[in-house]
Amino acid sequence: MCVRCLLMTVPEPQFDELYREVILDHYRRPRNRGKLTDATAHADGANPVCGDEISLDVRLDDGRIESLAFEGVGCSISQASASLMTDRVSSTPIEEAQAVRAAFRKMLLENGTPDPSIGDLEVLEGVKKFPVRVKCALLAWNVLDRALEAQPDHKSGDDQ
Amino acid sequence: MNHVLDTDRVRTDFPILSETVNGRPLVYLDNAATTQKPRAVIDALVHYYEHDNANIHRGLHALAVRATEQYEAVRAKVARFVGAASPESIIFTRNTTEALNLIAYTWGAALDEGDEIVLSVMEHHSNIVPWQLLAERTGAIVRAVDIREDGQLDLDAMRDSIGPRTKLVTIAHVSNVLGTINPVAEISAMAHEAGALVCLDGAQSVPHMPVNIGQTGCDFYAFSAHKMLGPTGVGVLWARPEILETIEPFLGGGDMISTVKLEGSSWAEFPHKFEAGTPNIADVIAFGAAIDYLDELGMTAVREHECRLTEYLLEVMNKISWLRPFGPKDAEHRGGVISFEVEGVHPHDVATIVDGHGVAIRAGHHCAQPLMRRLQVPATNRVSFAVYNNEREVDIFLEALDHVRSVFADDRPRTTI
Repeated sequence: MCVRCLLMTVPEPQFDELYREVILDHYRRPRNRGKLTDATAHADGANPVCGDEISLDVRLDDGRIESLAFEGVGCSISQASASLMTDRVSSTPIEEAQAVRAAFRKMLLENGTPDPSIGDLEVLEGVKKFPVRVKCALLAWNVLDRALEAQPDHKSGDDQ
Repeated sequence: MNHVLDTDRVRTDFPILSETVNGRPLVYLDNAATTQKPRAVIDALVHYYEHDNANIHRGLHALAVRATEQYEAVRAKVARFVGAASPESIIFTRNTTEALNLIAYTWGAALDEGDEIVLSVMEHHSNIVPWQLLAERTGAIVRAVDIREDGQLDLDAMRDSIGPRTKLVTIAHVSNVLGTINPVAEISAMAHEAGALVCLDGAQSVPHMPVNIGQTGCDFYAFSAHKMLGPTGVGVLWARPEILETIEPFLGGGDMISTVKLEGSSWAEFPHKFEAGTPNIADVIAFGAAIDYLDELGMTAVREHECRLTEYLLEVMNKISWLRPFGPKDAEHRGGVISFEVEGVHPHDVATIVDGHGVAIRAGHHCAQPLMRRLQVPATNRVSFAVYNNEREVDIFLEALDHVRSVFADDRPRTTI
């Protein structure tokens, strides 16, 4: 079959599952973007292969994440995931944030169905069909883990 | 010689172009990373393993003789292809990176503290990091020359950077990001006047245009087989014979010796002095088939074909407000490499969506992080052409870009190019 005929029989590829409207909204209008003047923990992270960067300020108080702010550059998935993460885990006990991180990773890495605890983060489920992009979605969470690692009574999860 | 490529016929020589990706015909526009292989190259590999496989240079049996003759014939073919005076000055390595490292570890060992190496901000990491490592070992200094706003090398800055302590000027013949064709003869003259040697990274030039090493005036020239329709695992270093004569070997082992005694050994003549151990015999022989293929097309025709495609794509891109191509505006001054930005969309998102259309492009820093910093972008998209690409593929790519724009447009209406 010639190229033209083949193209006419194939529908335009769909990206609605990957680029959900909520993701594009968080990419264009990231929440909690900036720095915290009263941060108690900080971490930076990057995906060296693709150049995504996240810099995260966290204010912790008595085993709780009180607030977070992030800065970064990168693709829509990495930046939207960071924005969604800060929304989900602010004003949350550290333990709960870790559980959310584990559930989020399970959804992306082990093809798990989204756990209700992850909330809006389930919009990133479509990323698992694009294995090279999974690391984009996980970057912010790895940075959060690194920020928490510095805390004396925190046991960190593995990095990837 | 006929200077027009019959692309339709050329395309039938590349089996991979029948592949579909996501249900669509493959549009392969990542040729600066590696090119696809014609049937002749694939057949040469299979033929070698089915009929001629033996180790070279030492055996006395029929297969060993055949394999050796074919391997050495490619050395002569490569020399002729790039206008090198003698086949002995052609050394086979694994890739361009290894060829550049070979120079840094052998010739570079004689550098002293305070000696200077001049390179440019547009270099690939493989023409930066080996010199940084050399600088660490010897105390030499690496200086980087800037580019002008139009993506051309700043020759005034280069003249200022070259001084009495400059021992080497090492520059890409063609930039793998900007496509810029550098004025290498002028650079060679400038360097030689100051008593420095010149090394050229030819990874993006030899595959896409006629190259005559003699005319470049350089002292070292490096390139890779896999970017010029050949197999992976073969690189080429050319160096002036008088330099190869004097420098010490790179790796030690079999095939590179004259005599070995426990008290000490002596080395074979070059090129063998620099090819320790069993080389990549099969891939070198198949590389010969790639050179034959390009020879038959004619490198002038190859260059003109890619220049036309570059002109075609650049012309459309320059008309679209949300696309920003980098590098020289004029296709005559650049190879078939176009890096660009899509306004408001990160290159990885661009690459993912166009891949959905079967179009393979590169997104990232292209192993040129200093250049990304210079351009003040985290990454770029890159399209790069080869002999089998055509205007129809450029159109499919542009339609895919239109889709990128519509996914990321704030109000999500379909826009048209």
